[in-house]
Amino acid sequence: MAMTEQEIQTGLGEIIDEVAGVPADEVTPDKSFVDDLDIDSLSMVEIAVAAQDKFGVEIPDDELKNLKTVQDVIDYVRRAEVSA
Amino acid sequence: MRLTEGSQGARILAFGGYQPANVLTNEDLAATVDTSDEWIRSRVGIESRRLASPDETVTDMAVAAGGKALAASGLSAADIDLVIVATCTPEVMIPNTAAGVATRLGITAPGAYDLNAACAGFCYALGTASDAVRAGSAQNVLVIGAEKLSQWVDWTDRSTCIIFADGAGAAVVSPVTEPDDAPGVGPVVWGSDGNMADKIYIADRNSFIHQEGQAVFRWATTALHPVALRACERAGVEPASLAAFVPHQANLRIVEAIARKLGAPQARVADDIVHAGNTSSASIPLALARMIERGEIASGDAVLLLGFGAGISYAAQVIKVP
Repeated sequence: MAMTEQEIQTGLGEIIDEVAGVPADEVTPDKSFVDDLDIDSLSMVEIAVAAQDKFGVEIPDDELKNLKTVQDVIDYVRRAEVSA
Repeated sequence: MRLTEGSQGARILAFGGYQPANVLTNEDLAATVDTSDEWIRSRVGIESRRLASPDETVTDMAVAAGGKALAASGLSAADIDLVIVATCTPEVMIPNTAAGVATRLGITAPGAYDLNAACAGFCYALGTASDAVRAGSAQNVLVIGAEKLSQWVDWTDRSTCIIFADGAGAAVVSPVTEPDDAPGVGPVVWGSDGNMADKIYIADRNSFIHQEGQAVFRWATTALHPVALRACERAGVEPASLAAFVPHQANLRIVEAIARKLGAPQARVADDIVHAGNTSSASIPLALARMIERGEIASGDAVLLLGFGAGISYAAQVIKVP
């Protein structure tokens, strides 16, 4: 069942709050992980793993480095859901 | 043929830890490789680590830690009938470390063997020591984790030279004495994944430790908490009743990520890596020895141990603090 952009964003916010301690309401689509949210590559791996549990979408390490903003992850999850 | 009586269970009488004197700080490292104190602290959690001096051996460190544990145990060398040294960095393959350690500690003719399960070594060794005591194969076991990782590190490789360090930790394992005493070492849960052998390895005798950090991080932060929880379940110990969680001190971020998934918010999470670095099989007993010394865990407390590393190999058990 495909999720809406908002549902993915909310889910991602919960994950990022849990992993990196960033309040969920600060997780808006325009934010860059490294520059705006101060999230490094190790936390990105944790976020990817949690996203796999929550959205059923796998994000391998070599894809992860291309996901720079929250919107990038939302788009990735939506694309993966559509093609699943 | 018959079997021996053995005992109802095993318990730990004492721990002992040893760190070499030479301190290597993040600043020292930043002077020789492209890294910084800030980067190391945030990615790995280490502030300083200890390195053995060039002529200080794994045996030396094992003897130091083992001697401390023995002295604290109230037993004498004559009481020990099995010595197990968990190490993946012995100076030579033949003879083993354990027999030499026993001799230097004045322990006469014990069973003696080395055990290589990399950073899971201490938990594996503790599991086998507990089994030996229960089966009656041994009365009192000296279990030691000792490593000189610095001799296998490429000091120009900033991904590994900031992490690995030297040290030793030991425990004395003995039978429970009263018929109704609960065991002090719970059942071990162990396993491996040879498919991931290429994630942490040394290619040959003339090579260095190579590690795929990202892959190890991903694996450790997903595959290990079920193992840890199974160890609690097999010991009949609720995670919510743990006083502490002492995993192998691989990387503080890994330690914290696994801890978050245990359902044990009250448990103190070992962070010995901050002033010890990653000492492979020494990291768990060294952390325990220091936590006890500082009064951070008390006699009778339930503590969850989780070793994991190259192999991939892993092992976990719950123990009671002596």
